[in-house]
Amino acid sequence: MKKLLSLLSIAAVLSGCASGVKLDDVQVEDRSGSNNANASGQSAVASLNSRNLGAMQGIKVGPVGVDHIIYFELDSYSVKSEYQPVLDAHARYLRADRNRRVNLEGHTDERGGSEYNLALGQKRSDAVRRALAALGVPESQMEAVSFGKEKPVAQGSDESAYTQNRRAALNYQ
Amino acid sequence: MTRHLLRFSLGLLTAGLLALPTWAQFRVEVSGVGLTQVPIAFAPLRGEEASPQKISTIVQADLERSGQFRGVSAGVVLDETQRPDISAMRQKGADALLTGSISRMADGRFDVRVRLWDVVRGQELGAMSYTVVTGDLRLASHRISDFVYEKLTGEKGVFSTRIAYVTKAGARFNLWVADSDGENSQSALASPEPIISPSWSPSGGQLAYVSFESRKPVVYVHDVSTGKRRVVANFRGSNSAPSWSPDGRSLAVTLSRDGGSQLFVIDPSGGEPRRLTQSSGIDTEPVFSSDGTAIYFVSDRGGAPQIYRMPAMGGPANRVTFTGNYNISPALSPDGRWLAYISRIGGAFKLHVMDIASGNVAAITESSRDERPSFAPNSRLIVYATQQDGREALMTTTLDGRIKARLSGQNGDLREPHWGPFIKAQP
Repeated sequence: MKKLLSLLSIAAVLSGCASGVKLDDVQVEDRSGSNNANASGQSAVASLNSRNLGAMQGIKVGPVGVDHIIYFELDSYSVKSEYQPVLDAHARYLRADRNRRVNLEGHTDERGGSEYNLALGQKRSDAVRRALAALGVPESQMEAVSFGKEKPVAQGSDESAYTQNRRAALNYQ
Repeated sequence: MTRHLLRFSLGLLTAGLLALPTWAQFRVEVSGVGLTQVPIAFAPLRGEEASPQKISTIVQADLERSGQFRGVSAGVVLDETQRPDISAMRQKGADALLTGSISRMADGRFDVRVRLWDVVRGQELGAMSYTVVTGDLRLASHRISDFVYEKLTGEKGVFSTRIAYVTKAGARFNLWVADSDGENSQSALASPEPIISPSWSPSGGQLAYVSFESRKPVVYVHDVSTGKRRVVANFRGSNSAPSWSPDGRSLAVTLSRDGGSQLFVIDPSGGEPRRLTQSSGIDTEPVFSSDGTAIYFVSDRGGAPQIYRMPAMGGPANRVTFTGNYNISPALSPDGRWLAYISRIGGAFKLHVMDIASGNVAAITESSRDERPSFAPNSRLIVYATQQDGREALMTTTLDGRIKARLSGQNGDLREPHWGPFIKAQP
């Protein structure tokens, strides 16, 4: 009904104009974008700010003097044997303190899609998780997650950057 | 191969009458010959010079981006109350003409009126009027584009729909909701950690996405108009790739909680997920078919990532892509005819479109870093991410790849687009 009224009112306005055009049979559709005069209108989007809940900066935990990053070959998702001493040190550290928890974070280089790289990064963190489990670390002390290609440590689109970005990081909480 | 390439700045034809800095950013790229485009003449709306938004320019850009129209300058200001000189418009080569006016009302709102003419037959095709606040002037423009598109093609236009995308600027990530031309973007979420995979609910009211703000991928569902959100999947391991069922009652997601990346369905309000796939490798990027009976997804079960199809309740999967050894990011057209995806060919990641019935595939871009296609709700355009001039950028393309446009919008790297559904006009 409201729509009909507004149609009539627009038709009335239009027919009041001296244009020499017959407007009576003109099809007029009113699809007003908004009926209220608030400033934001109906296309408004509410904004939200998220805080970084688990930022690691400045926190120094984990075995001292041992690498916290394991690098992977191109298209590889298994931990190279050269990292066995690193894994041993982390396993000893975790076994010694059953309250200690570690996040295993898998990463890829920038090539390819975000979601498929997320799954590939997960393969890397899962590989580290399985390796630590084989060294006696309980699953309850570990969580393997992936950042895919979203958090490169090296910027750039060259082999050097790709090599540094194909990695899994051990982050203690 | 002969290739006809035209590059022009939209609005150039009317640049003598109006000047707007955003024109310089917006380019439509036309390639190929034999295009059938309806020439439509645009007259600047009477009063447009005093309007915060240049309605006729926005409408012209919309229609040209669709690939189905070619803008022609009417050369005169004509409002909706005036009968145009039809023969003069014919001489300009126009098949249609849009006239109108915009005026500010006493309460500060704008009254926008347009009238569409069939120049070939010398008849009027209809008129529209909108009364909107300043913030909705672009929305009104896009609704006018939809009106013109529907009158001239008989199909629904998608110009008043919205696109979600993510920007990375320095160490800041933002999830944006923008008009279908990339403009009018409003931040839904700002975060110091990455955001990926925004996915519109079928109603267009909610976005599911993956946020890394708790230093792991977690799936949220976010109400766009209120900013309220909830965690839908935060299980042990990674939670990602949310995709809505057409009825909006379930989300397909990828979870690693049971080891590996596997597909699950979960209620959008949360709860216990139900596992859909049981493979030893990667299963991810699920998307429902528009009838809700099937899920297309990416799996490396055959040794390399390929796209598969399975019943939406789970069950045996059939391989869908057979060329190349890296096919990811499936998107299905709402009309069920087309599958868009990214294929790696010789180190380049390119947008491909498959005619599902025949299995015929075409690569439709010249770029090499294409990502994450999704279809406009009328199945006629695809939005995707790519790299242009060293930056991440969003493009739209027709399904044959002939008409491409780079979306304007926020500065920085633009990525992870997803085209939203038709939204019913609110009363």
